[in-house]
Amino acid sequence: MSLAKKYPGEVKRILAKYPPEYKRSAVMPLLYLAQSDAGYITKAAMQDIADLLEISLTDVGALVGFYTLYHDKKEGRYRMQVCTDLPCALRGADQFLESLCANLGIQVGETTPDGSITLEAVTCLAACDKAPMFQIQARDGLEYHENMTVDRTMELIDALRKVGGEVE
Amino acid sequence: MSYVLLRHREIPDIQKLEVYKKNGGFEAFKKVVTQMKPNEVTDMVKNSGLRGRGGAGFPTGMKWSFIDNKIWPHYVVANGDESEPGTFKDREIMEKNPFQFLEGVAIASYAVGATAAYVYLRGEFWKIAAFLDEKIAELEEAGYLGEGLFGTDISLRIYTHLGAGAYICGEETAMLESIEGKRGQPRIRPPFPAVHGLYGKPTVVNNVETLTNLPMIIANGSDWYKTMGTPDSAGVKIFSLSGRVRKPDNYELPFGTTFRQLIYEHGGGVQEGRPVKAIMPAGASSSFIVVDDKVLDTPMDYASVRTLGADLGSASVIVIDDTVSIDWTIHKTIHFFEHESCGKCTPCREGTYWMSNIMERLQREEAGQADVDLLLNVARQMQNKCLCPLGEFSTMAVVTGIERFPQDFKKAVEPGIERLPDEFKKVVSQNL
Repeated sequence: MSLAKKYPGEVKRILAKYPPEYKRSAVMPLLYLAQSDAGYITKAAMQDIADLLEISLTDVGALVGFYTLYHDKKEGRYRMQVCTDLPCALRGADQFLESLCANLGIQVGETTPDGSITLEAVTCLAACDKAPMFQIQARDGLEYHENMTVDRTMELIDALRKVGGEVE
Repeated sequence: MSYVLLRHREIPDIQKLEVYKKNGGFEAFKKVVTQMKPNEVTDMVKNSGLRGRGGAGFPTGMKWSFIDNKIWPHYVVANGDESEPGTFKDREIMEKNPFQFLEGVAIASYAVGATAAYVYLRGEFWKIAAFLDEKIAELEEAGYLGEGLFGTDISLRIYTHLGAGAYICGEETAMLESIEGKRGQPRIRPPFPAVHGLYGKPTVVNNVETLTNLPMIIANGSDWYKTMGTPDSAGVKIFSLSGRVRKPDNYELPFGTTFRQLIYEHGGGVQEGRPVKAIMPAGASSSFIVVDDKVLDTPMDYASVRTLGADLGSASVIVIDDTVSIDWTIHKTIHFFEHESCGKCTPCREGTYWMSNIMERLQREEAGQADVDLLLNVARQMQNKCLCPLGEFSTMAVVTGIERFPQDFKKAVEPGIERLPDEFKKVVSQNL
């Protein structure tokens, strides 16, 4: 079903933000809507958005490829994105991430076998004073976790796995 | 000193509209709309000496005065893309003192005749965007945004627009492209946004911190603002302090505060009591400052920091102690720029990739002096050839790191000389 039919109020609210003659501007918020709908952005959703905004499929796909928060593949239910840029690394982010890898038994970029957690190293998240830190990108948004320890992170992961188990 | 920007640290509920109003909120916007002409507002901001807080330090009032009054409509875009490693100030403002920021957007919009303003937030600030949407709705409800403001024919709408994970969108023309629904790649300038901006219309792009100053300048006057800071750099600045200090945080201080005061009085000094080896005053985009006593006593204002061979930029002060090697530090910054290069211009797309490649080899201890020479050569070839500042900035740490810390690179490439142990890695491992 098209986004406009499934979420008429939300699509209308998004389009109202921009001048009617420049509705292409709505492509980014619509991509977020599509991603929260399916968990990732499907080719059908891209086509749907292209039709709605009267632009080409390539125009939409080019954005999905360019911006790192859009995903066109199904991965773990939770993307755990640890910042390892310089200020965070000076507070131990690299060692923190290594420790998470060891605890989860996966490498950076991989997903746990139960499909719950994809572990990623990302660039600056504007939380340099609160490292080690990460964000969790899920279907329904983003959550920051700051001043973390390995133990508290593993507890959080356990909790997420339980939630995920009930939903899916 | 009471706060000018981080006022939530004194007035805890300032993110509630009635509390913000009780503390003078929206009096400044009302004053400009009902009592001042737009050019009078611009003149007042010019006189205050306010300079852009995003990094370039360009005089704000002058930027506004470039807007083309032959072409309409005009737009204001607030730059809340904050993604420079070491910078985390705009986030605190928007999360904790949102109305003062939004009032600043409103004042800037009135000054340049914009009836629509966009707040561009990095995608990771998803929650802040939802929070600001609520605050904007409250302002519309209360009659501070919308049509016919304060009984005049002035109208203004503010909208949020979320990015999706691309540092380059902090560059103002890339940001405009992104709002237009395109990939965030910088435009060739001229024409500048003041003439050809969002949707091809005259546009002013200002940083969040810059805008948040405006209500206080209007309320207290430009002379009051100039009583803080230095003649070259008026007012207060939020210094984002990070790295090997005991108390990393945002510190709102007048320009002209010394590095020593920031790091030792406010930041609690360096961890383990180590000496400061280097300072990166503008995040990953910095030139390295070699630190000695004289440097620590340098006032942090645009002109003084320049005498140290660096730029103050967005004042994201990363402190590096003597347990950290500079080649590793550059490895980190180059990885960042290589990842964030938008790919539009060749010097940056290829140059950051090559520099990253060489740095990785160096970290694996597979590089020799010829590689360091090549690295410097690549960086120098990129300089003054990139389409936007991202590529230029990526070379700063490389060139100044090799030039100012040659001993670290010697240790990295010469067999038989012991590498710096990067002892901090052991220290941080103990606290995980």
